Amino acid sequence: MLAHLPVLQVILPLVAAPSCLIIRKSGLVWLFTFLVSLAALTVSALLLQQVIDSGVISYHLGGWDAPWGIEYRIDILNAWVLLIVSALGTVVLAAAHTSIRRELEEGQQILFYTLYLLCFSGLLGIVATGDVFNVFVFLEISSLSTYALIALGRDRRALWAAFQYLVMGTVGATFLLIGIGFLYMVTGTLNMQDLAARLPAIGTSTTVLAAFAFILVGICLKLALFPLHLWLPNAYAYAPSVVTAFIAATATKVAVYLLIRFTVSIFGVDFSLSVLPLQHLLIGLGLLGVLTASVVAVYQMNIKRMFAYSSVAQVGYMIVGIGLGTAAGLQATLLHLFNHALMKGALFLALAGVVYRVGSANISAFRGLGRRMPWTMGAIVIGGISLIGMPLTAGFISKWYLISAAVDSSHWLVALLLVAGSLLAVAYVWRLVEAAYFHSPETPDKPADEAPLSLLIPTWLLALANLYFGVDTRLPLAVTEMASRTLFGGAL
Amino acid sequence: MLVAALYNYWIVIALMMIGLFVVILGGNLVKKIIGLNIFQTSVFIFYISVGKVDGGSAPILTEGVELYSNPLPHVLILTAIVVGIATTALALALAIRIKQAYGTIEERDIQTRDSQC
Repeated sequence: MLAHLPVLQVILPLVAAPSCLIIRKSGLVWLFTFLVSLAALTVSALLLQQVIDSGVISYHLGGWDAPWGIEYRIDILNAWVLLIVSALGTVVLAAAHTSIRRELEEGQQILFYTLYLLCFSGLLGIVATGDVFNVFVFLEISSLSTYALIALGRDRRALWAAFQYLVMGTVGATFLLIGIGFLYMVTGTLNMQDLAARLPAIGTSTTVLAAFAFILVGICLKLALFPLHLWLPNAYAYAPSVVTAFIAATATKVAVYLLIRFTVSIFGVDFSLSVLPLQHLLIGLGLLGVLTASVVAVYQMNIKRMFAYSSVAQVGYMIVGIGLGTAAGLQATLLHLFNHALMKGALFLALAGVVYRVGSANISAFRGLGRRMPWTMGAIVIGGISLIGMPLTAGFISKWYLISAAVDSSHWLVALLLVAGSLLAVAYVWRLVEAAYFHSPETPDKPADEAPLSLLIPTWLLALANLYFGVDTRLPLAVTEMASRTLFGGAL
Repeated sequence: MLVAALYNYWIVIALMMIGLFVVILGGNLVKKIIGLNIFQTSVFIFYISVGKVDGGSAPILTEGVELYSNPLPHVLILTAIVVGIATTALALALAIRIKQAYGTIEERDIQTRDSQC
């Protein structure tokens, strides 16, 4: 049983997804889905434990040996990302039942859980696999289910957002496929480990460069790196609230993982950051993303859209960390991956609570909400503070590491602009706080009308995690340090 | 000479560009989906070309044949074709629902209707 953990991680939700259709009652399906994702969470926790104790786990699907068969290779990096994805997926799912019952029709609810599990297994599959073609297949599984999940939104603009995302996402995934084809042309292998061993001997042929370019652009479309982020704001704004919480907390993180896997593990730091001028490109685009998306966020009327732009900005931070090209920078990216999942999970779940009670996520709906929904607003404030990166929150830790990594590699201007980005975050979070606490509500005498407990508990779980991991940083620091060191140790 | 010998790759590039062009400039959603399909088809042909070994026969064990084409890219692209069909089906389903919700499948009309409300 323990030996089969890597494949169980992916197979469990994948098999469970169609089973949802057999159970007809939406309450039961929710319970079933929740138990499955809890099992996936247990598996990923066990995997991380195993990797920390005894090193890399290599699992051969169907008993076929590595370069020929598909290998699932769990090292410290993907064990960490697996844990983030399954933990956030489970917490969001705990809140899903209440929110979905309000936002979707009875018949759509069961389909929602099926799609959720499909997307969940796709994301876990991308992370677990050690085979580049397998990555493409899982990427499409998760993407196709995401398009359908977004299209479940009540607003008709959700359909248009889903269609636009579908077009961009398919172009991105096909680019990845072209890149993989080029890689196969020159190396004759699809196994990541094997690719990493064979690529240095080939050097910088045009085919390898073309492969790298296609893969890079394809992944950057998926992770919404500025200026390829155009699909993201509408998709986040009009999807059902829990769907937004789920994809905001997991999907972009998995894409960042893929970028790290391809640039650092497969192509190697020497090739991708030294031979090519990628370092300037990643830092430049990352910073542009941080600044422009933050400025645009300040002017948004829809709060879901505002936090969607903030997600684009936060992805910028992670990309800058990779672009620095040092172990410290990579560690900052991995830390921010985790912390950003926590804050965006908390924020979007809290917004789900607001939408549940007030029925809208417009800034006008937040007037006086500090008194009407004190607990939900409290969670939003904690999430917002963490987003800004104030001390004692998780966001502070990752920004601190990122800025000191930038200073260490004497990128002073970069460090300065990162701080400026945080100041912009103050501006848009403050707008929300001002509306909620310093404006009187439209109907002043309304009593406190809190979101139901089934939404509040998961929200606060994530909000408290933001505070906890801002103080007790042992686990994330130890894991990310180990991961960045092994990645750079293998490359140098 | 080079053009003639690698004609299949030139077809791939031509199809890829036509596909992307239609995806970007097509105003009608169904045209966009067709463009996406042409774009994906170019990648299918690319993979099939990659698998071909000069002078190799079909990859079925036969006596007296030493050189075989590589079947792996062909198997891979079967998977990608299935993915492409799923994408097309989903895109068409979305187009139908967009038509029901907006009453049009012209990109420009959808955008004006969104900005009105």
